[in-house]
Amino acid sequence: MVRPPPPLLARLAEAAFWLARYVERTENLARLIDINETFARDSRGACNWSSIVALNADDMRFYARHAAASEATVLRFYLLDGDNPTSILSSIRAARESARSLRPHISTELWGQLNTFYNWVLALTESDIALPRISRLCGRIRESCQTHAGIADGTLYRDQAWTFYQLGRWLERADQTTRLLDIKYHTLLPSVDDIGSPLDASQWNAVLRSASAYHAFRRAFPRDLEPGQVAEFLLFDSRFPRSVSACVHNVATELGELRRRFHLRHTSQVMESVDELTSLLAERQIDQVLQHGLHEFLDVLQGRFAGLTGLLSERFFDYAPTRGGVAMRETAG
Amino acid sequence: MPESALATAAGLFAGYDPGAFYDELLGAGDDHDDATFRILRRIDQIDFATLRGRARDAENELFNLGITFLVYAQNRAIDRILPFDVIPRVITATEWQHLEAGVQQRTAALNLFLADLYDGQKALKDGIVPAELVLANSHYQPAMAGLKVPHGAYVNILGVDLVRDDAGVFRVLEDNCRVPSGVSYVIENRHLMQRAFSDLIDDIGVRGVDDYGGRLHTMLAEMAPPAIPDPHVALLSPGPYNSAYFEHVFLAREMGVPLVEGRDLVVENDRVFMRTTDGLAPVDCLYRRIDDAFLDPRTFRPDSVLGVPGLFDAYRKGNVGLANAVGTGVADDKAVYTYLPRLIRYYLDQDPILESVPTHICREPEGLRYTLDHLAELVVKPVGEAGGYGITIGPKATAEQLAECRRKLLDDPGNYISQPMISLSVCPTVTDAGIEPRHVDLRPFALTGRSTWVLPGGLTRVALRRGALVVNSSQGGGSKDTWVLS
Repeated sequence: MVRPPPPLLARLAEAAFWLARYVERTENLARLIDINETFARDSRGACNWSSIVALNADDMRFYARHAAASEATVLRFYLLDGDNPTSILSSIRAARESARSLRPHISTELWGQLNTFYNWVLALTESDIALPRISRLCGRIRESCQTHAGIADGTLYRDQAWTFYQLGRWLERADQTTRLLDIKYHTLLPSVDDIGSPLDASQWNAVLRSASAYHAFRRAFPRDLEPGQVAEFLLFDSRFPRSVSACVHNVATELGELRRRFHLRHTSQVMESVDELTSLLAERQIDQVLQHGLHEFLDVLQGRFAGLTGLLSERFFDYAPTRGGVAMRETAG
Repeated sequence: MPESALATAAGLFAGYDPGAFYDELLGAGDDHDDATFRILRRIDQIDFATLRGRARDAENELFNLGITFLVYAQNRAIDRILPFDVIPRVITATEWQHLEAGVQQRTAALNLFLADLYDGQKALKDGIVPAELVLANSHYQPAMAGLKVPHGAYVNILGVDLVRDDAGVFRVLEDNCRVPSGVSYVIENRHLMQRAFSDLIDDIGVRGVDDYGGRLHTMLAEMAPPAIPDPHVALLSPGPYNSAYFEHVFLAREMGVPLVEGRDLVVENDRVFMRTTDGLAPVDCLYRRIDDAFLDPRTFRPDSVLGVPGLFDAYRKGNVGLANAVGTGVADDKAVYTYLPRLIRYYLDQDPILESVPTHICREPEGLRYTLDHLAELVVKPVGEAGGYGITIGPKATAEQLAECRRKLLDDPGNYISQPMISLSVCPTVTDAGIEPRHVDLRPFALTGRSTWVLPGGLTRVALRRGALVVNSSQGGGSKDTWVLS
């Protein structure tokens, strides 16, 4: 007889949530660096490396260490610098620490792959991040993250920890997509007046490729490539798995799991918050968004994601004994 | 190698010579076991480069799977594997029968001693063990007085350290009654051998070690308050920065129980709960891998952040089981060890099945005098230390080290015991220079709830440096798979 699902330690729910977030974050950053290097050169062939710093909101930290955002400084800062909390090394280290706490809940394969991945990243040196090798290096990082996701998908027991893991993955992905769009859009189109000006198609190409979205975009918009279409696609196309709408939809589904399958009592308020987010996305047309300011809209979304993380933390991760009653033995398994 | 085997050793074992030591694989020569001989022949036929390559692959796998312990160097925590030697240590069925019975007997005596010590103290009153030796011991817990534990089982998990002398006699070196570790390596080493050397283990008839987790869970459920039908067990760990964290994870996973830290637990109305995503869930028995002193800041060390305030009161009231019980450390003191043969006769009216090592207690004047007079021949050990720290091996010590040891002995004689140097047995081991003899010991594990069960085999630790006698992982030791033949 299969026993009812056992309760999940609050601390481990949080670790599962952050494990997924850190790996997702790493994948996005690796893709961004790769694309920036390969596709985002301007007409004179120079790369704009400062946009990566801006996208991660790292300006203060970065410029405290480096005078200028050159290829060498940005690559070192984001790949090798263990003291920079937003570097790939730091993210994978944090993912591994979360996984270490979660080891009783995750498969040996998941831990083994992450552990090998971390040891590899830890051993990277300056010569590994030299420009000629950077594309292959980023490719390998991205693939390692995708391998992680595949092993997670194929081996993790579908318990509460899995649900929190999924929540982390979708929320981080939604957040990353808004950031990418925000920075790139405004780097390329500083003001509304620039709409309609001649476009550097390769730049827009790069935005889409940063989100692994170019070919998918082409299926939705076979002929054109307008900035508004790019924004529309990345925000609203529910068939694209990295769009904000698709991610938010998945967040709502996972929260539903927490209520239906695991009967967690503190789900309602979090659900309400996601429902509001869903309506916010459903009711907007891209024209309205652009009219009222894309940046403002993305800002609102990012605020909502942060709020949601706070709410999850408050309701599920920081469970204080004074707040509720004692779980019944029957439901606790 | 026995004559019959030596004559045919054309491969790896050609030239192998264990010297005067007892060899775990070659045995005494004449009573050579069939299965052991087959194992020897199989290893003998492997090409050395291939063997080393396969051994390296096996160690890489340990690292990649994170089967590691943490060491601290230059303020950074580094993952290290316990070095693994691929040549197994073999124990015959007859040898194991003897060891198993001996470990069972020891477990019984230790538990009876602890039950007596915390309720009645008959053995002290009858003068079997000097009262001051026990009562002044820092691991003696007065708070345990009068407290009954289910089935009289105090030492639920026991690790007995055994060595084998040059005559092939197993002798107990010490008992580990607090939180013995190492069992995860026993099981992982087996998995590793089955994957990497399936050709070696095939058809030999080696007893399995896989049911340890299930047995442990069953035993822990027996230690929960008796009124609870389907008790909730959890493993209490100090957390990821503890050197044995891998083992905590391993055991929690083998048992399918939550791995908790002190901050996950809370005591309300003398009941223990864990904080979950859905509020508080009850916990009925804890396999705690935290020392007594850190369990509960209200009862023991007030500065402990690893423990749970109020845990001991819940335990006292019988609302939660703890394994091992609080206060078991008094029984594995190296001085108390000396009295165990007497305690076996006293409580069980039996002769000890397992030999001990003759021990001189330096707190006693004759013991101290004998130790000082024979310092260069003896091994001197502090009574309360674990992990091989603070040991002086007389025959290997320099004049300076001996003088230092003499000074410590005169300073604080009560802290030391001395034992004759045992010629530890050896086992063929892969080294850079080919297969060479290296010294080994053995730590079998016994689980005791309603009854006692001994895991077939145990952890074989091997001193990897030529001539080295200390097998502890903190001192450059490794491990081997232990094969008990069926």
